[in-house]
Amino acid sequence: MKPAAFEYHAPTSAEETVALLAELGDEGKTIAGGQSLVPMLALRLATFGHLVDLRRVHELRGIEQRDGTVRIGATTTQATLQRSEDIRDLVPLLARATPLIGHFQIRSRGTVGGSLAHADAAAEYPAVALTLDAELEALSVRGRRTIPAARFLTGTWTTALAEDELLTAVTFPVWRRPRGFAIEEFARRSGDFALAGAAVAVGLDAGGRVDRCAIGLFGLGPSACRAHTAEAGTMGREPAEDMADDIGRQALADLDSIPSDLHGSAGYRKRVGAAMVARAWRRAVREAVHG
Amino acid sequence: MADDIDIRIRVNGLPRRATVPPRLTLADFLRVNCGLTGTHLGCEHGVCGACTVLLDREAVRACLVFAVQADGSDVTTVEGIASPDGELSVVQAAFREHHGLQCGFCTPGFVVSVTAFLAENPKPTDEEIRAALSGNLCRCTGYQGIVNAVRAAADREDSV
Repeated sequence: MKPAAFEYHAPTSAEETVALLAELGDEGKTIAGGQSLVPMLALRLATFGHLVDLRRVHELRGIEQRDGTVRIGATTTQATLQRSEDIRDLVPLLARATPLIGHFQIRSRGTVGGSLAHADAAAEYPAVALTLDAELEALSVRGRRTIPAARFLTGTWTTALAEDELLTAVTFPVWRRPRGFAIEEFARRSGDFALAGAAVAVGLDAGGRVDRCAIGLFGLGPSACRAHTAEAGTMGREPAEDMADDIGRQALADLDSIPSDLHGSAGYRKRVGAAMVARAWRRAVREAVHG
Repeated sequence: MADDIDIRIRVNGLPRRATVPPRLTLADFLRVNCGLTGTHLGCEHGVCGACTVLLDREAVRACLVFAVQADGSDVTTVEGIASPDGELSVVQAAFREHHGLQCGFCTPGFVVSVTAFLAENPKPTDEEIRAALSGNLCRCTGYQGIVNAVRAAADREDSV
């Protein structure tokens, strides 16, 4: 239960960090909060010759508003997001997802970028980023690029980040009102990864009809995914809470790689997932209609 | 072999200097290098919460932080929770009064976690208390006495 030995680096700038990553290749791994990485090292599910700690790279931390978006530095902690009134006001879905992550002692250290880059299939932040069409910024010695969440998440614990790339920030669009957001998940114990979960974002036009809808699913496949068919089915309609069960069923209908293990069969997770979509739809619609 | 690293950490108000291997966890640093064995290690992979300490006043799992990552920080362990004269903190006294412990293995983690929780949420609801306790495992008392202890500590003025 002790990690294997590694060399430790604590660079002080993003440039210095990516230079190190380029030099170290697959022997190097960045560590931010370490709340997923350290258990994997302790259990020896992973070993790296070098850890590159981001704690002294202060430019990677912070929350700022920019032209109708909110940009969050990669090493901003989940606890910081939970305390942020700006996040509650501008990106409510992110604020509501945060208390579902682990426990408060985990959120003290866990970071937004770490959660996204780790890309656990049942994690909340990747699903939220996908649901809200967030954009992720990556830096390497080769330059800077922006990756849409839909292209960032490529599979279980895998992302579009190259070996020498550092995730520096994530930018969330601010939805105009009226809009509603909800995230629902089911786990057997508080703080566990969800057996199934869903995030719903709904926007209404001046006539009160759905003109924007995003449904994100997590814990239901190799990575978080969107229920595009179910989303499209809601467009232009007056949102009603009694559509919820149908939307839930439709959202889960096309999934073909739902995990099955001792915690729950694929069939069970499918039913739980549909129920989570339905619950989240009802709550999101209630907020969109009634504020 | 990986190079050892010089670190300085203030532990319960006292400055400590050490040269440590990077893979040494903060929990092992506190127990082995500082002799502060009140920080317990149950699972060593972030599940049980027994090793919870305050790192710059935030509750963290000391088994999920490397000592080198705490360089320059302030750490408070369960040994630093009571007054210097030994008088129990409000949280500790409430655990004693409400039978919030039995074998005591998990207790340091609970006490430190609850201290941080009440500092940030001085007037929690019962639901918030239960959510806050969910990150610490107790295998003998059962949680009712612990929940009662936190409620009682929160209901006192100036509880932390």
